[in-house]
Amino acid sequence: MTTDTHEADWAEAMLRVREARDTAAFEAIFRHYAPRVKAFLMKSGAEPGLAEECMQDVMATVWTKAGLYDPSRASLATWIFTIARNRRIDAIRRARRPEPDELYWGPEGEPDQADVLALQEESARLGRAMEQLPEAQRDLIERAYFGDRSHSEIAAETGLPLGTIKSRIRLALDRLRHEMKMKR
Amino acid sequence: MTDTIRHHLPDDILAAYSTGSLSEAFSLVVATHVSLCDECRATLESIDAVGGAVLEGCEAEPVAAESFEATMHRITGQAAATMDRPIQAAGLFPSALRSYVGGDVDAVRWRSVGMGVRQAILRTEPGASVRLLCIPPGAAMPNHTHRGREMTIVLQGAFRDEGGRFCRGDVEVADDHVRHAPVADAGEPCICLAATEAPLRFRDLLPRLAQPFFRI
Repeated sequence: MTTDTHEADWAEAMLRVREARDTAAFEAIFRHYAPRVKAFLMKSGAEPGLAEECMQDVMATVWTKAGLYDPSRASLATWIFTIARNRRIDAIRRARRPEPDELYWGPEGEPDQADVLALQEESARLGRAMEQLPEAQRDLIERAYFGDRSHSEIAAETGLPLGTIKSRIRLALDRLRHEMKMKR
Repeated sequence: MTDTIRHHLPDDILAAYSTGSLSEAFSLVVATHVSLCDECRATLESIDAVGGAVLEGCEAEPVAAESFEATMHRITGQAAATMDRPIQAAGLFPSALRSYVGGDVDAVRWRSVGMGVRQAILRTEPGASVRLLCIPPGAAMPNHTHRGREMTIVLQGAFRDEGGRFCRGDVEVADDHVRHAPVADAGEPCICLAATEAPLRFRDLLPRLAQPFFRI
């Protein structure tokens, strides 16, 4: 598995969970992401016990909300991050998290395969750009995402190439909106 | 609808929302705007992608021995209904706002604050103020200044102030030094959601401070 196909392969595994309730695919996702979600929650200030508890919740949500995962808009890591972040706000900050309306491809809808691949490649590129950042800068970004509120502004100016990934997502949203309109 | 939006959210607010550090009050405005604006949704989701890269880069923390089995157990314990996809909200309010109001615009418990203006305070975590405002066509919003940032999003009708014209989905972010006097457009009443973040003490002072302006 090369680095470039990595993201696309996880997205593929997630689609098997969504379409076929494939337990083996889910277990592979679990083995890779559960330890990372737990680490993310602990770095955000959760005790190991609470982190394990919340992580299991997050991974269960990955299964139950599989129908909402859109591989033309997010890598699997990004989608799981949003679930983990919301769980953290709920558990650690004990605050409500207002969320935007969900957009999804209806039961028969599917994003274009080329769009999916392009987005997944873009995500892989972003991951590599992250790795190449000077350590101090990467550290600031990570702290912002671990919920260190004093670093929240940093994330706005990451110096990471977000323009291309944004235009990919924008395109996917346009197609999704079009699809939703056709069904109405 | 989403292409008609002219006034968007600044990147720093979207970034604070993405990292989870934005207050509940402002998060409600962000969730409402993003529900109506695909441009900001795309920006937000691209910032979320940085969070994805951070998660991917986290050094794996050992999970409990029976962790996978326990998770599968949780899943089987959950009702099959959670598999259903959500129903797209039709109406004036996106679903996030509905959950605070307890329904769409017809469920709002308005209170008159004088000059034909009505408002409804929404309950969020302490230290912030969130309210829905309904301003009659052509009327001026009560002139006010505020401490800290104020975010206002239009849900129905439109208003104008020094910042321009604001229609459904448009959001205005004003800092505390801004003294604005918005006027609702002719036509239908202007309904907007306004959130102010302020130090905790502001909350205690609010009824008194608001009195001259809102006549509560």
